[in-house]
Amino acid sequence: MANIPTLTFDAVIVGGGGAGMRASLQLAQEGLKVAVLTKVFPTRSHTVAAQGGIGASLGNMNDDNWHYHFFDTVKGSDWLGDQDAIEFMCREAPKVVYELEHMGMPFDRNPDGTIYQRPFGGHTSNYGEAPVQRACAAADRTGHALLHTLYQNNLRAGTQFFVEWIALDLIRDADGDVLGVVGMFLETGELAVFQAKATLFATGGAGRIYAASTNAYINTGDGLGMAARAGIPLQDMEFWQFHPTGVAGAGVLLTEGCRGEGAVLRNSKGERFMERYAPNLKDLAPRDFVSRSMDQEIKEGRGCGPNADYILLDMTHLGEAEIMKRLPSVHEIGLNFANVDCTQEPIPVVPTIHYQMGGIPTNIHGQVVAPKDGNPNAVVNGFYAIGECSCVSVHGANRLGTNSLLDLIVFGKAAGEHIVEQVRKSPAAHKSLPADAMDKTLARLSRLDNSKSGEYAQDIANDIRTTMQAHAGVFRTQKIMDEGVTKILELDKRVPHIHLKDNSQVFNTARIEALEVENLIEAAKATMLSAAARKESRGAHAHNDCPERDDENWMKHTLWFKDGNRLDYKPVQMKPLTVDSIPPKKRTF
Amino acid sequence: MTDVRTIEVYRYDPAKDEAPYMQTYTLELDGSERMLLDALIKLKKQDETLSFRRSCREGICGSDGMNVNGKNGLACLLNLNHLPKRIVIRPLPGLPVIRDLVVDMSMFYKQYEKIKPYLINDTPAPAKERLQSPEEREKLDGLYECILCACCSTSCPSFWWNPDRFIGPSGLLQAYRFLIDSRDQATEERLANLDDPFSVFRCHGIQNCVAVCPKGLNPTKAIGHIRNMLLRRAT
Ligand SMILES: Cc1cc2nc3c(=O)[nH]c(=O)nc-3n(C[C@H](O)[C@H](O)[C@H](O)COP(=O)(O)OP(=O)(O)OC[C@H]3O[C@@H](n4cnc5c(N)ncnc54)[C@H](O)[C@@H]3O)c2cc1C
Ligand code: SF4
Ligand code: SF4
Ligand code: FES
Repeated sequence: MANIPTLTFDAVIVGGGGAGMRASLQLAQEGLKVAVLTKVFPTRSHTVAAQGGIGASLGNMNDDNWHYHFFDTVKGSDWLGDQDAIEFMCREAPKVVYELEHMGMPFDRNPDGTIYQRPFGGHTSNYGEAPVQRACAAADRTGHALLHTLYQNNLRAGTQFFVEWIALDLIRDADGDVLGVVGMFLETGELAVFQAKATLFATGGAGRIYAASTNAYINTGDGLGMAARAGIPLQDMEFWQFHPTGVAGAGVLLTEGCRGEGAVLRNSKGERFMERYAPNLKDLAPRDFVSRSMDQEIKEGRGCGPNADYILLDMTHLGEAEIMKRLPSVHEIGLNFANVDCTQEPIPVVPTIHYQMGGIPTNIHGQVVAPKDGNPNAVVNGFYAIGECSCVSVHGANRLGTNSLLDLIVFGKAAGEHIVEQVRKSPAAHKSLPADAMDKTLARLSRLDNSKSGEYAQDIANDIRTTMQAHAGVFRTQKIMDEGVTKILELDKRVPHIHLKDNSQVFNTARIEALEVENLIEAAKATMLSAAARKESRGAHAHNDCPERDDENWMKHTLWFKDGNRLDYKPVQMKPLTVDSIPPKKRTF
Repeated sequence: MTDVRTIEVYRYDPAKDEAPYMQTYTLELDGSERMLLDALIKLKKQDETLSFRRSCREGICGSDGMNVNGKNGLACLLNLNHLPKRIVIRPLPGLPVIRDLVVDMSMFYKQYEKIKPYLINDTPAPAKERLQSPEEREKLDGLYECILCACCSTSCPSFWWNPDRFIGPSGLLQAYRFLIDSRDQATEERLANLDDPFSVFRCHGIQNCVAVCPKGLNPTKAIGHIRNMLLRRAT
């Protein structure tokens, strides 16, 4: 270990997506010494793919305020979201969106020069009355505009990026404090310890644990794997969002903004079936609801195409000019991935895995929390998590569209501010690293590098994906989930037998992919075990044998621990910061 | 009917190869692969050592720029049905190769950084958004969408010869994106920064950049605008 350097910072951020770069900007602007590790160049992070918009009650288009946004988000979460965190996010939303605009983000504009906002699923005015235009948009490239703007402002602020450095493990000492991470440089294979007073994970989602996904190849849940290996629980992992409109067969997303702009879903009879399921919000009901309705249509034989297995997304009535202005990328995706010109014909779509509501548990400052001495939310010193890898929890059992980009920015900033305060408060030297800080990582690497036989990493990864797709999908029964648990635990035993055929030190992508499988499997186990245990239907977790929500027994957060696959639960925070709590009600739209 | 392709790939691992070489693979497609990237991922199963970058698989992250049958493009947007039986893949030209299809993009990013790719407006920000009319905003269309894939700059002969001094099409497209933003106040500073014989004026309007841009952007046009702004400034 003598030849492995230790680099010391005030803060180390793992992840250069929207969340990571909002936090790093805060730190760099305050003059802290901050390192951002990212396994891809920052603008290649998957935030770049977000299309539809970022939610904030600016009220540029209709009457709107953060109370409405708060109500919609609590209801959307099916009362699993923590109301303190939701209040904080919705209240901060307008401010952080204006800040993005001041940074130069190229939002679309209204004739009066204000930011253009479009309708999105589940966002309403006056507590559920009618759809409201709350999604601040840059055409259908909002994520791209946001991510590039943040990268640009980080360049200006002088943030130090470690590009194509992958974090492999968290360093935690005997007190349970987090002291940094071990990282590897792809270009040379060299290792380094990144020591910091604050370590922040912003590693994004694990959407690649499913076979059909709107997520990028890099979304392998590394932060979840690292946290789980370090003894940190993962929260609410049974809740995975299926986006109603992934291109059938390709998985590529078509934003909900399509429906926001007026597109509708049709079955094989040409019927706009959402009118039946959600008379009020119709095609703009929340995603869990729309996905299940689509699934139902297909099950009842009204799917489209030769196998009656998809639904049509029809926007032909919007007209070419409007489509090319508001949804240019959707048009491009239709041509590239469905051979369809959406100005002329509808696009075949199916519900597709999209977003992980669960993740590393945190409080509203982004501090990671875990049960300790009877306190379910004891702070893990030195450790923060934000963005899709975290669970604060503002999305509960079902996220509303546009609330993720918002979550990145609100909690990216909040965590940044908290870290600045903590570092200034305790100018003492860094805690010393435990002697065995790197042992586990080195052992994992040397096993891979010296493997003589075994399985191809991607074969195992593909088996994980097909298992998750079949056993933790839109349609869940106890039997299906129990079988899934057995299968995933079998797969878990295969992971240590990955054989790596490439042993070059230079840009060894096969090695990275093999290491990623060790993270995929943790996210998959957490999901499968948490799902099989929850005996109710709530938000995205639709349990066919227990079709009702059961607030008495199940209005609680799941915590999964890697050690022994143990499950624990903790209460939902029903008390907002300043306003009245929104009591649970049956969700109808 | 089986669809068998011959794929020739540029290979180089500095740790073990004395020199780069072309390796020929035969790949049988089963119809589940749509784009060239899908074929490459399948090839990687045959030969794990083949290295390339990829992430979004939908043409938005800019990771997988490469030279395919002589033309730069994104592997994830090149439809296999439109590619011939024999596919020759090389790394993006003109940049140092790290390994196989992975190039060192530092020079490309340095040129981007040079143009100060961020909005400069040091007046106190209002409580709400800075206003911008739809017409002013429309001027950013065709500019801000760049994904920094480097397909354009690495097809530009002027960039090959002067990668350290000519900003290149991608960087200049972004330079214009900020020059034309109604909210930006550093026009003079930006133009002064570009006003030398190399940064802009090495562009000879050959339009290779326009021909390859996977996002359909037009750097040559943007460069023309900057050129005019510089000339106007000089008089
Ligand atoms: C197609 C699509 C469209 C979407 N549209 C919208 C929308 O319109 N509105 C909305 O609100 N939400 C949308 N979402 C959701 C939202 O975009 C994501 O949840 C969000 O962008 C995640 O951001 P992040 O910063 O948490 O992670 P990411 O942007 O995924 O970034 C993760 C970062 O972590 C780094 N990283 C990961 N592992 C490691 C490691 N081991 N070592 C080093 N670095 C690592 C990566 O390099 C990357 O920089 C969409 C999602 C998808 C997939
Ligand atoms: S038009 Fe200019 S920038 Fe574009 S390829 Fe030709 S010389 Fe390069
Ligand atoms: S201008 Fe086009 S080709 Fe050039 S870097 Fe940008 S997206 Fe790529
Ligand atoms: S993989 Fe992202 S652009 Fe091709």
